[in-house]
Amino acid sequence: MKSTLKLALGLASAIFASTAVSNVAHAEDLTLCWAAWDPANALVELSKDFTKETGIGMKFEFVPWTNYADRFLNELNSHGKLCDLIIGDSQWIGGAAENGHYVKLNDFFDKEKISMDDFVPATVVGYSEWPKNTPNYWALPAMGDVVGWTYRKDWFSRPELQKEFKEKYGWDLAPPTTFDQLKQIAEFFQKRQIDGKTVYGASIYTERGSEGITMGAMDVLYSYGFQYENPKKPYEMEGFVNSEKSVKGLEFYKSLYDCCTPPGASNSYMGEGVDAFKSGQVAMHMNFAFTWPGLQKDENVGGDKIGYFVNPKGPDGDQFAQLGGQGISVVSYSDKQESALKYIKWFANKDVQAKWWSLGGYSCLNSVVKDPKFPSSQPYAQAFLDSMAIVKDFWAEPSYAPLLQASQKRFHDYVVAGQGSPKDALNGLVKDWTQVFQDDGKM
Amino acid sequence: MLDRTADNVARATPEPLAKKIRGISDKGLAWLFISPTILLLLAINIFPLFWAIYLSFTNFRANRPNEAVKNLGLANYQRILGDQDIWIAMQTTAHFVFWTILLQTVIGFTLAWLIDRKFRGHAFWTTIILVPMMLSPAVVGNFWRFLYEPQIGLFSYVVSFVTGIPPTNVQMLSNVELAPWAIIIVDTWMWTPYVMLICLAGLRSIPEYIYEAAEVDRASNWRQFWSITLPMALPFIMLAVLFRGIENFKMFDMVNLLTGGGPGSTTEVASITLKRQAFESWRTGYSSAFAIILFVAVFGLANIYVKALNKVKQR
Repeated sequence: MKSTLKLALGLASAIFASTAVSNVAHAEDLTLCWAAWDPANALVELSKDFTKETGIGMKFEFVPWTNYADRFLNELNSHGKLCDLIIGDSQWIGGAAENGHYVKLNDFFDKEKISMDDFVPATVVGYSEWPKNTPNYWALPAMGDVVGWTYRKDWFSRPELQKEFKEKYGWDLAPPTTFDQLKQIAEFFQKRQIDGKTVYGASIYTERGSEGITMGAMDVLYSYGFQYENPKKPYEMEGFVNSEKSVKGLEFYKSLYDCCTPPGASNSYMGEGVDAFKSGQVAMHMNFAFTWPGLQKDENVGGDKIGYFVNPKGPDGDQFAQLGGQGISVVSYSDKQESALKYIKWFANKDVQAKWWSLGGYSCLNSVVKDPKFPSSQPYAQAFLDSMAIVKDFWAEPSYAPLLQASQKRFHDYVVAGQGSPKDALNGLVKDWTQVFQDDGKM
Repeated sequence: MLDRTADNVARATPEPLAKKIRGISDKGLAWLFISPTILLLLAINIFPLFWAIYLSFTNFRANRPNEAVKNLGLANYQRILGDQDIWIAMQTTAHFVFWTILLQTVIGFTLAWLIDRKFRGHAFWTTIILVPMMLSPAVVGNFWRFLYEPQIGLFSYVVSFVTGIPPTNVQMLSNVELAPWAIIIVDTWMWTPYVMLICLAGLRSIPEYIYEAAEVDRASNWRQFWSITLPMALPFIMLAVLFRGIENFKMFDMVNLLTGGGPGSTTEVASITLKRQAFESWRTGYSSAFAIILFVAVFGLANIYVKALNKVKQR
């Protein structure tokens, strides 16, 4: 009887102990929040190494891009504990820092000897710093991204098309280096019959709901001379946002939309662009670089059929590209900040960053991107490197959301709906942005 | 038997409690029973309403909970009422409400009138007609987006077949002129059955003997329709108009799914503007003021309408 009792007690203790241990392990799991897209799948794969090394499990909360900002900004604003780590959009950094959503990482970086000098400078400014250009770090650059272009290399290389193009425009059909050239190529392909199918010039960003048309239009406006503010007097926008050069840039974007996009492309963003390119509808495709690994692997349009080029130059030779990408931050409401910081330390490691790139993520670490083998490591690597060297980003102010909403409205009203003139649109934008900064007490 | 049970319960009740219960009047007991519901309503309806009214006079932003909240007086209301974009959104909403109600009422009543003829298979057709109403707006929005697709959409091909216009030129969701109508068509397709059902109830409530009396008086079908059918079904039609009016005034899901308010701002109805201000720009105080203005507008119009409806019913 006694032995039976002992056995029962022993079994019960073993079951209790194993449950307790598993609960402890479970309680230590970290939750990482990000957008649901290809790089997120690569991160899941990569993070298995972290779990192996530290025993800390990883859970992931991925939300589609269309709800990404709503979902996670709500989570941060309500001081939710869902996310221990978050890969937040670059424009959130101001608000997240000023509202105390992110843990400041300076002391941690000093302690762990993580130097921001080891990362691509543009990504440090874009993803980590607030205020900009000051050594106050709120994130580790995690996923470099930038708007660039893909084109149908197989179509561009067809002799009959090359001949016809040369006769018509007087220069060789090749990836454009200026926006004028880009438009000529787009016009050339618009409604052309290729392999018995009608194709179109280019897919560009026109989405109204979140940030699409702003990312697309800005990608062009920067190279035309658009500036957010007077470099010598912050928040002075008159004559910069609505300068004559900016007006020309916006006019160009509309002309590109009117002449050379597929029918019904009035609400296109990343997904729609990828669909248009993958289905063989367009000769050129504006999109963030994160889409490139997936397109490269595509059976129909990838491999030898696809090429990549950097955002072209504007009329004065200026060349910029819209920054995308994100940094990884520790959420200040998390109860597991220590483990979350361990993840950051692990992620900053050179070997981990090299593997991150090989899996389809875009590393921001200098040692990875400046490796002599990097440009030839993937067909799109050089275009990515060149693009990252010319980036500019949208406002990252705490009020970035109303600033973005204003530009979405003004650009869509003019470019897609054809209401008013480019001058009206940009004057209206100055008015809206001024109001936002006045409300914030910054003007 | 029941008396005995009640008696037993009364006897079994401890004396102090029984005394307390005996001390409650019928009115008190009624309040006791409905108080949970009232508390729930206060918590999830009335309190948020008063809280929103309070916020509407402030500069509060939900994404900056640590910032000091300033009282702005009527500034938010003044800004909204002086904002041209808000008035454009209100006009878009009015256009949308007017045309959807007109089309749904005319088509819904016509369908109800036809179904009321009780032809062979009318029950089957009633069920078929009701199907759109049973679908989720999210599903409807998504599949109509595909139907409207200029390159592969069935709608574009049907229009092309009928008119001869190339399907790629039928850009229902991208064209500034057509986009509002694209939404009106979908809403009408989805909610006409609802109006039809209410109208059918109205038509079926008309006593048969009135028509028999009209037959005896040799009233023509047309005369019967104008003098009996329409006046007697009018309260039901008005009720359907009221329900659809309130629903369409706050229409959000369909517009969001089909056009997101675009192209430009041509389909940006008031609810979309409100959502953008509240949950994208995080102007909580400002959007609360806008919500209060919309609430007062709908509440006021609905009250005037209900009074008119009561007058019609009394006739």
